[in-house]
Amino acid sequence: MDKPAERIDGGVHYPRRHDSAEKHVSGRAIYLDDMPDLPGMLHCFIGLSPHAHGRVKSIDTGAAMAAPGVACVLTAADVPGVNDASPINGDDPVFADGVVHYAGQSVFAVAADSLEQARAAAGLVRVEYDPLPAIVTVDDALAADADLLPPHEMCLGEPETAIETSANQIDGTLFVGGQDHFYLEGQAAQAVRGEDDDMMVWSSTQHPTEVQHNVARLLGIADHSVTCEVRRMGGAFGGKESQAALIAAIPALAAWITGRPAKLCLDRDDDMLLTGKRHDFRIDYRVGFDDTGRIQGIIFDQAARCGYSADLSSSIADRAMFHADNAYSLKNARIRSRRMKTNTVSNTAFRGFGGPQGMLAIEHVMDRIAFAVGRDPLDVRRDNLYGAENGLTTPYHMDVVDNVAPELIEALEASSDYRARRSAVETFNAENAVLKKGIALTPVKFGISFTTTHLNQAGALVHVYKDGSVHLNHGGTEMGQGLFIKVAQVVAEEFQIEIGKVKITATTTAQVPNTSPTAASSGSDLNGMAARNAARAIRQRLIAYASETYKVPEDQVLFLPNRVRIGNEEKSFAELVNDAYHARISLSSTGFYRTPDIDYDREKARGTPFFYFAYGAACTEVVIDTLTGEYRVLRVDILHDTGKSLNQAIDLGQIEGGYIQGLGWLTTEELVWDDEGRLRTHAPSTYKIPTAGDRPDMRIEIWDKGENRSDTIYRSKAVGEPPLMLAISAFSALTQAVIAAGGGRAFPDLHAPATPERVLMAADSLSAESGAKSV
Amino acid sequence: MANTTGEIRFLLGDEERALSGVPPTLTILQYLRRHERLTGTKEGCAEGDCGACTVMLAEPDGAGGLRRWSVNACIQFVPSLHGRQLTTVEHLAAPDGALNPVQQAMVDHHGSQCGFCTPGFVMQLETGRMTGEMAETGLIDWLAGNLCRCTGYGPIIAAGRQVMAEAGNNDADADRAVAERLKGLAGKSTLALAHDGQAWFAPRDEDQLAAIYAEHPDAVLVAGATDVGLWVTKQHRRLDTLIDVTRVAELHELRDDGTVLNIGAAVSHRAATAALANLHGDLAELLRRFASIQIRNSGTVGGNIANGSPIGDLPPALIALDARLHLRKGDARRDMALEDFFIDYGKQDRAPGEFVTRVEVPHLPADAQFGCYKLSKRFDQDISAVMAAFRVTVGDGVARDARIAFGGMAATPKRAAEAEAALTGKPWTEATVEAACAALDRDYAPITDMRASAAYRATVAAGLLRRFYLERTGAGLARLGEVEAAHG
Repeated sequence: MDKPAERIDGGVHYPRRHDSAEKHVSGRAIYLDDMPDLPGMLHCFIGLSPHAHGRVKSIDTGAAMAAPGVACVLTAADVPGVNDASPINGDDPVFADGVVHYAGQSVFAVAADSLEQARAAAGLVRVEYDPLPAIVTVDDALAADADLLPPHEMCLGEPETAIETSANQIDGTLFVGGQDHFYLEGQAAQAVRGEDDDMMVWSSTQHPTEVQHNVARLLGIADHSVTCEVRRMGGAFGGKESQAALIAAIPALAAWITGRPAKLCLDRDDDMLLTGKRHDFRIDYRVGFDDTGRIQGIIFDQAARCGYSADLSSSIADRAMFHADNAYSLKNARIRSRRMKTNTVSNTAFRGFGGPQGMLAIEHVMDRIAFAVGRDPLDVRRDNLYGAENGLTTPYHMDVVDNVAPELIEALEASSDYRARRSAVETFNAENAVLKKGIALTPVKFGISFTTTHLNQAGALVHVYKDGSVHLNHGGTEMGQGLFIKVAQVVAEEFQIEIGKVKITATTTAQVPNTSPTAASSGSDLNGMAARNAARAIRQRLIAYASETYKVPEDQVLFLPNRVRIGNEEKSFAELVNDAYHARISLSSTGFYRTPDIDYDREKARGTPFFYFAYGAACTEVVIDTLTGEYRVLRVDILHDTGKSLNQAIDLGQIEGGYIQGLGWLTTEELVWDDEGRLRTHAPSTYKIPTAGDRPDMRIEIWDKGENRSDTIYRSKAVGEPPLMLAISAFSALTQAVIAAGGGRAFPDLHAPATPERVLMAADSLSAESGAKSV
Repeated sequence: MANTTGEIRFLLGDEERALSGVPPTLTILQYLRRHERLTGTKEGCAEGDCGACTVMLAEPDGAGGLRRWSVNACIQFVPSLHGRQLTTVEHLAAPDGALNPVQQAMVDHHGSQCGFCTPGFVMQLETGRMTGEMAETGLIDWLAGNLCRCTGYGPIIAAGRQVMAEAGNNDADADRAVAERLKGLAGKSTLALAHDGQAWFAPRDEDQLAAIYAEHPDAVLVAGATDVGLWVTKQHRRLDTLIDVTRVAELHELRDDGTVLNIGAAVSHRAATAALANLHGDLAELLRRFASIQIRNSGTVGGNIANGSPIGDLPPALIALDARLHLRKGDARRDMALEDFFIDYGKQDRAPGEFVTRVEVPHLPADAQFGCYKLSKRFDQDISAVMAAFRVTVGDGVARDARIAFGGMAATPKRAAEAEAALTGKPWTEATVEAACAALDRDYAPITDMRASAAYRATVAAGLLRRFYLERTGAGLARLGEVEAAHG
């Protein structure tokens, strides 16, 4: 028998460190802009529109063309194929054609020997505009009926009747701000034209396939002529999913026209001006509830600021609808969604993909109901959870069969000492006139799967070499989330070899084609399964070979750590592989996976869009200063369900990082546009993501009972996006503190992000109502 | 000028470099990435706000050893390397690839995810390890100038704690050897660079500075480059003539005779911290929240005043403290009340060729109460929405004298004459304070911008005066930071 403790180094359910950790800390990890300049390399610089809306009267590139070092000045007229970098709708021109639709839109680009020369020459391009009226805010768009995409609706039961027959009704509005991704590595791409029509593109992207296909369309060549590769990104968070295509298109076009290698790396300001962000929303609601706060029916009217083009807004706005319930049974619900067109940057995917906005609204409603009925908000939340009493049916008619939220909340309520701390907060507030505390515990239930069903597929390619080393490739991309190490752990587990034997390789469209973006938290679910299928195909061939050669039944061929037992004999993995090679056994396999059991009819807004749900809960305590609106987040306790975690260290990193990123979204990260539609916060000097000083006392636990009911990769759960929404507890805690600041007399008009200014103004308006503002 | 050199001589890791034929406004980051192909140091913002480009500098400390500090390579110009050692993330591991203690701690604690900010964190922690200063500032303050978008900071903080628990730099012999090499490299010559129509002068004493500036009155004076650096990296301006004032010995003087603190114009915020904290504890907290460690290492007290920004953090505090500014032009010297220096937006009382030499800050009079407050969207390392400073002298329950100055409320750092008048000679009571709060509306007409609305600025200006009063009377009012610290 094997010793029970024996196991390979780096299999699944093991907190293996990030595969690039040593390279990260020594500066040896290569990002796009770190690749050596190729001989003759051109550097591109984009000319951005200064106007939010306007007609382009003329573009004079003469002086720029004559400037030192300039190889070409590119405009819409230079595109040989289709002037578009959009993911779906064909409405994102690489270069504005006739009309500019937002301040920051790409109008032209200069390619020159150096970046300085390209930038200087861009200043010599004369573009004449006829400015047009601009629609900037979501309210402007609603007033103008400026719908970008058709509205959509979900309905469960009879919400109007249920609301009106309820004992209590409330209506209100919540504004939810957007968010810039602020990945530390700006968007970047490099292109080299090869023989025939070949184009090699390196792109910092979550979606190499889309970059490949867009570049091919742009140049009017076949998809097979373009290869897109990405080894790693310096953060992405959704921002490098659809938005990377335009960034890659420009150097590709420069390389196509000049025959010289070309590169484009956006500086921070251009990145923030040019590329899309999290959608901001206006959400109106009307809710009916009984005297204990139990919801009887609710109507949400969500309006998303999509920006000037569709991008992924349809799916994003859908996901906001899918998460309008969070973990609560709404019983009778109508969720209407409008997708508004504005003269601002086209908003895009961002960790949570609309889910956070939808979820924030229902949590805000929970706080309001609790205030109205005078109960602890946690009690109202618990009374509204999906379960035997309230039912399990979502507004899209899927039953929440894996509902662990009640159990998680109960466990966190105890481990965070919520009740005693809430009582201590009340005591503190009674004793302090200026400083006020708040505490809140909120759940997260997040649907896992692309709601665009066809995207739920993945491919992998595994080669085993004669020395027993393994080459691993799959369609997923590494943006820091630890996908590569998780998938490598899966392959090591399948072959029972040390993880060092598994070579992690750059994602490339030449090895695995037609991939989905690494998005929707699906990276390890999809690619882990695809890689497992590839490894298992090879393993099965090895088993069949050994069974036949050694005349033992297949079930007596066992993969043990670093060796294979064949009947009573043992061979090293490398020996078996080498033997199999000489017996002409294929040691290479693709693997493919598609998520089972999902089926959603969008027309009817009914079905099973999700394979399963990921859950978590967080309890956050804050203190505010009612003289300035400043606040500190004091402590957060988190209990999160990762199923049976593939890698606890990586998952902890996602949970903690997600919470802080969500905290930034709801507190200090404020995007400010001026009346002319120009973004005023386009660098870290004005756009404030959390620092180490904003990190509260964090107490994070991975739920030890977690196990996925669905047959996912080793029963793990997706963890990329769900933790971001744990930070909603901080917004609720701030709401509670502001209520206390107003003496508990009224519910505050607090919107997200809850900047110090918004906190103060919300508190002051409550005090003004009660006439109690002085020293 | 006698005895000048046109070469920037320094150590890159252990290797000597003599750099010439480069633009003097080439940044250290561009130099590393393009000229040396050392790409570990990253550009995240090109404005000194994210820390991804953090590198470590060292120079002889005058006592046979080395003084080390971290800077944002993205906004520092290469002449600042002269006579110094530049250490980057590539220089830390042993020749056999073995990680150094900071790198190992970051790996052990899963301190990197995407890895792009990691070299900056590693270098900031390495600077802390080599100087031992992390314990003085606190680890969080030490790290607040480095942004990470992935980890939520916990693992990096854990790595930092491990580094702090381990032995730091104890190789005095090696430091001495490097210090000797650096002295040999820099020699006694004055750096004077000319390249493609650009000129850089780095005078070593005040007379030299006065003479050069008189000769080039249109030159840009550059000290910590925390503002001028951005003219180049963000506004892409070409600066023809620059005079580096940080090598001028007299401008580094920091003297406190017990009644007056004199701070030379080129004293960095870090270097000035202890002396200012000695005047009042609020000044220490102000400097902590002022900017990141990297920026405080580079930015100077003189620069924060002389650039005339309406949102500079020091001027309101120094004005409330009744500071005087000293200037020199050629051989002529003069001084003025600090508030008189600020004439209007972008306009100061400084003639062409004239430069700030020092600021003179009197100790607080007996019976004076002082408080200063920085208010920003984000708690740490943010530009103020409003900056307030109060000095009120109370005797027999009466406010005998009041000096109130605000930043972010007008086109310049400005005193609140109406509010001061509302306090002066009145009983130091809630009613008086409320009258002064009301008077602030007559003193200021703030603007709305991306940092705050006019209404918020006006509201919190009064709120801060109320807070000052409440903190200084009765049982006292706690600050948020104190509540946070008490929480654990």
